[in-house]
Amino acid sequence: MAAVILSARRLTRHFGGVKAVDGVDLDLHHGEIHALIGPNGAGKTTLVGLLSGRIAMQAGTIILGGEDISRLPAHARVARGIAYTFQITSIYARLSVFDNVALAVQRHSGDLRAGTLAALARVGLDHLADQRAGTLAYGHQRLLEIAMGLALRPRLLILDEPTQGLADAEIATFKTLVRGLVPAATVLLIEHNMDVVMDLAQNITVLNSGQVLATGTPAQIRANPAVQAAYLGG
Amino acid sequence: MTRDLALHLAVILALAGLSMVLPPYHHTNTARILLLAVYAMGYNIAFGYTGLLSLGHALFFGAGMYATGLLTHHGGWSALAALPMGLLAGGALALAIGLLALRTAGVSFMIVTLMFAQAGYLTVMYFTSYTRGEEGFNLARASRVIGPLDLSQDSTRYAVALAIFGAALLGQLVLVRSRLGRVMVAMRENEDRSRMLGYDPFRVKLAALVLSGVYAGTAGAAYGVMFGYVGASFVATQFSILPLLWVLLGGAGTTLGPVLGVALMFYLIDIASSYTTAHLAVIGGALLVLVLFAPRGVLGAVRERWVRWLP
Repeated sequence: MAAVILSARRLTRHFGGVKAVDGVDLDLHHGEIHALIGPNGAGKTTLVGLLSGRIAMQAGTIILGGEDISRLPAHARVARGIAYTFQITSIYARLSVFDNVALAVQRHSGDLRAGTLAALARVGLDHLADQRAGTLAYGHQRLLEIAMGLALRPRLLILDEPTQGLADAEIATFKTLVRGLVPAATVLLIEHNMDVVMDLAQNITVLNSGQVLATGTPAQIRANPAVQAAYLGG
Repeated sequence: MTRDLALHLAVILALAGLSMVLPPYHHTNTARILLLAVYAMGYNIAFGYTGLLSLGHALFFGAGMYATGLLTHHGGWSALAALPMGLLAGGALALAIGLLALRTAGVSFMIVTLMFAQAGYLTVMYFTSYTRGEEGFNLARASRVIGPLDLSQDSTRYAVALAIFGAALLGQLVLVRSRLGRVMVAMRENEDRSRMLGYDPFRVKLAALVLSGVYAGTAGAAYGVMFGYVGASFVATQFSILPLLWVLLGGAGTTLGPVLGVALMFYLIDIASSYTTAHLAVIGGALLVLVLFAPRGVLGAVRERWVRWLP
């Protein structure tokens, strides 16, 4: 198995009495697509919030590529290669599609215009570059969100329910896109659509009530009786 | 040459042409408007582009005005040496206050900046022996000369004001078209998203506030030297509110909005006060109309409806 790119130990975040994330260990291997699944309220979004730095940890450590990033603020983690795409589309609605992606592209040197159009072309939005982002169709806004994440050229891309609200044809495009990212980058995917998960992921971690219920390959997860009881519903 | 640049150069040229035809009264007014527009542009960088609603910008304007004024009046500095100190004072004070105030956001930021400006005003009042408080002091004519340029003379004053305005306007255009300018707008629009694109909100906002302070300090320094007067009314709360109104009127987040806003407000007050002593009521009415029918200001509305490329 490839080297570990991200290693999280005993991550903890409680909100009042709710143990949203409660002592979670997670290893991501270089170049894999790793899915994070679990019922609503299992702590998936909180967990990736801890990894990306959007949510402050109460305990635990995160090692990215040998470096302890546990105490770094979110923007510094992005600079080290962790990109996060929002579950609820968070684009700059009043800016142009071009500017949305240019904000990510300009973090790297090079021709801004060409780089931005290339990043848009990867998700098939280059013909809409001059349009105001808020006027895009919902599916296109989701793709724009992903394009912004990709344009950061991350080592680890965290996709939070990327296919939510996408049409079947768009999901097919999305799957091709994500497959094309590895093994250059590593992908952590929160996803409710089991077809997408089983199709894309090499490894799956199942969360339940803030704790890891199981980790393994899609076949192992399918066969795991605890997972079936808690989540897949048999 | 891009159409942005062409438009801005045309505005500067038109203002240069205007100086030849304006009667003396309006000539002086326009020189004032140009310098106040530099102040308004500074405010626009913070508020219009970065979304920092400060209620304390008079402090930065005053820092420039008093740094330069006190150095020439008491220190015997020449205007040429003292003017850059005004610019520095505005920027340095913005940096110091930004380091503290930018720990807050929204309403708290408004209150903190307001309080700092109030402290600045009280400081001016406290050191009355130097500042002569409310009454202020006049700058000697001899100290208002830069080489061959006598800044107390109308046409020279206009030319220098226009030069400063032109540099500030083009600087603002370069800024908003730059990568930093794009990130500033990103902070205004969606700070959380911008953080997740790897930008440190604190640093970006601090940079914007310092630039804003440099503009305000420059305007204050130049205003004091050119009109020969330094007084506490320029540090008072009202003078912090004015740039907000100017920018809202002309169009927040547009490069030409500030100068338009200053000019409109200046002449609105001028004309209204020749008819009624209740001229502030007229201003209030005008602002109500603005908020109801063009909440993005004059140029904001123009950009929204007709000229999408307006910077």
